[in-house]
Amino acid sequence: MTLRKAVLLGASIAAAGLAFASAAQAQNEQFIPGLIYRTGAYAPNGIPFANGVADYYALVNERDGGINGVKILYEECDTGYATDRGVECYERLKNKGPTGAAYVNPLSTGITFALTEKAPIDKIPVISMGYGRSESRDGSVFQWNFPLLGTYWSAADIIMQHIALKEGGFDKLKGKKIVLVYHDSPYGKEPIALLEQRAKMHGFTFTPMPVTHPGVEQKATWLQIRQNRPDYVLLWGWGVMNSTSIKEAAAVGFPRDKMFGVWWSGAEPDVRPAEGGAKGYHSAMLQHGAGQFGVHADLKKFLYDKGKGSAKWDEVGEVLYNRGLVNAMLGVESIRKAQTKFGKKPLTGEQVRWGIENLELSAARLKELGFDGMLQPLKVTCQDHEGTRAGRVQQWDGAKWVVVSDWYQSDDKVLKPMVDAAAKKYADEKKLPVRDCSKES
Amino acid sequence: MLYREAGQFKTTYVADQQIFPILQDRLFVLAVIVAAFLAVPMFASPYIYTEILIPFLILSMAAIGLNILVGYCGQVSLGTGGFMAVGAYAAYNLWLRVPELNNLIVVFLFGGVMAAAVGILFGIPSLRIKGFYLAVATLASQFFLDWLFARVKWLTNYTPSGSVAVGKLEVFGWHVDTPADRYLLILGLVVVATLVAKNLVRGHIGRSWMAIRDMDIAAEIIGFRPLRTKLTAFAVSSFFIGVAGAMWAFLRLGAWEPLAFDINRSFQILFMVIIGGLGSLIGSFLGAAFIVLMPILLNQLPGWFGVRMSTALLSHLEFMVFGAMIVFFLIVEPHGLARLWAVAKEKLRLWPFPH
Repeated sequence: MTLRKAVLLGASIAAAGLAFASAAQAQNEQFIPGLIYRTGAYAPNGIPFANGVADYYALVNERDGGINGVKILYEECDTGYATDRGVECYERLKNKGPTGAAYVNPLSTGITFALTEKAPIDKIPVISMGYGRSESRDGSVFQWNFPLLGTYWSAADIIMQHIALKEGGFDKLKGKKIVLVYHDSPYGKEPIALLEQRAKMHGFTFTPMPVTHPGVEQKATWLQIRQNRPDYVLLWGWGVMNSTSIKEAAAVGFPRDKMFGVWWSGAEPDVRPAEGGAKGYHSAMLQHGAGQFGVHADLKKFLYDKGKGSAKWDEVGEVLYNRGLVNAMLGVESIRKAQTKFGKKPLTGEQVRWGIENLELSAARLKELGFDGMLQPLKVTCQDHEGTRAGRVQQWDGAKWVVVSDWYQSDDKVLKPMVDAAAKKYADEKKLPVRDCSKES
Repeated sequence: MLYREAGQFKTTYVADQQIFPILQDRLFVLAVIVAAFLAVPMFASPYIYTEILIPFLILSMAAIGLNILVGYCGQVSLGTGGFMAVGAYAAYNLWLRVPELNNLIVVFLFGGVMAAAVGILFGIPSLRIKGFYLAVATLASQFFLDWLFARVKWLTNYTPSGSVAVGKLEVFGWHVDTPADRYLLILGLVVVATLVAKNLVRGHIGRSWMAIRDMDIAAEIIGFRPLRTKLTAFAVSSFFIGVAGAMWAFLRLGAWEPLAFDINRSFQILFMVIIGGLGSLIGSFLGAAFIVLMPILLNQLPGWFGVRMSTALLSHLEFMVFGAMIVFFLIVEPHGLARLWAVAKEKLRLWPFPH
């Protein structure tokens, strides 16, 4: 036993020495892992997002020489949207770089669920921008989760508000039939709770219809829709499922302008394969849409003119590419915020977590970053890890996405009690301590 | 020279009937077990535990379970993922609803027993249908169980997304939180399970399975009851698979959705059994190692040699090389990796002076 202890001690001293040596050796670098997918059924949507993320980190390194002089070290790992491979990627990357991973973007609701369990142990925050579990916006229970910019409950609420506005008020929804065609995974099931709640409040009938992974077989679902004749169809798909749904809707003659996708079902790869069939299709927007803004000029100047970009120039400015940029920018700004407290050096996940929780982006700051027109100001707090709940609706006109609505805010009178109840249930089930947010600075 | 049994005389039946009649085999297996329990915890990093050893061990156990059914009893099954899900969700519900029994051993055994019950239920058709037709019937069980856990909300405790999570795991007061603890617990269970499986397949129960496998009519004529024999095989097999499913959910994933046990899982484990070797316990381990570790290895290999390539190319290469390797192994040795292992042992016997 003593021998074993001695060996263990020796090994740990050696390991500590090694870690120290490599930390001293490494330059001033902040490591960020990228869980992405460029292969598999979800690659058409995964690739532009991954390109956007990679380009923004490269831009920060090229243009500013890193974050206040701390270079970003970015490494991708292909998860193929599979939860077990995603967890393997996370475990592989979490300790790289001088201080380990700053944060992790799982880019899959399933992987987010798995990493939610690991984050408090590894002390690495999970940024699930526009996805993940909806109740995780409650920072008092989900200390390490940040579903920035909006959860699925927000998305579903924004779509319902838009439909209600078209119909002339929520009271006009009484007796209407609304169907949700969803990817049969945690991702697709997330909005059901909110839609059921809304159905109860306003007296419309709500029918969820699952589509199994990867979603290329939907004939039966759409046959049912043709028989039921719902007033609206909401679409919660990803990858090939989206374009298949739109094609099937065209095939059964369901009016596309009565179809509303979530913000993950509203990008170019979703509508282009359906060609003319997608015209009129709506989707929610995770604030930003397609198009080129201030930041894109910098991308051209510092990356694409030098041949360093990861996409083709005419793909820069597509919806998911822009989402990759936004995702990377929020991470970089969180690190910048954390540096104001912990110093301009590589930071640990725990320090970056403070940065995300205190992230505040004003309209002026967004303009400086070149993101005005894409995002609205946001402020993350201990109680609210979402930061903002704004969104718009866009429509595909056959060639490009057109914004067709004003800004909506998801209704916190409906969402807040649901979030509180779900977060409390989670905390009780797992016997977790709950932070008192009023005591946080 | 090293591996020779000359001079090892067996003077009793007990000595002749032990699991490893050759001294070198006994020492080797003992050394492996001791190394796994003592040496590995000194060197392994969390990554090695959580991504290499834990998945390998758990899926080995599932492969042993399936091997009992397919390899020893000859009943093809495509419902492995579903039976793993039964184990996982039964364990979850016991853990959640009866906090007094928050002991992983009890929880896992319950998962196994429930899986065995479901396995018997879905094994009943095997009395009438055989071969490929049985495979299709078990495929139905896979889809039914997938559907059950996705739709019956009570089983997932009414979580909005259908994803459930566990935490605060303990065994007789021992908190299994760190990867090392989890590894030791899984290793212990797998060692016990393998010992049980080995003794089952070399005893009269295993022999009755093999009789049914080799020719069911002949087996019936010499006195084995097909009903009992086939259903015990289904029960034992599903029990192992159920415990493996519960371990996969509790100790590997921590949070999971029915998708973790979909049809791909069934195929994955069936491939382990086929590539490892039908009707061989060592084959179950070799097959699991091949299927679990090879993709991860292929994905990281270029990086270790300093070759930089795009993530997409790396993933595509992984698929291609892995597929080619499966084809290669099945051509070179259709009886699986276990057969290669046996051939290696034969050769070692004659080494260094082959005829």
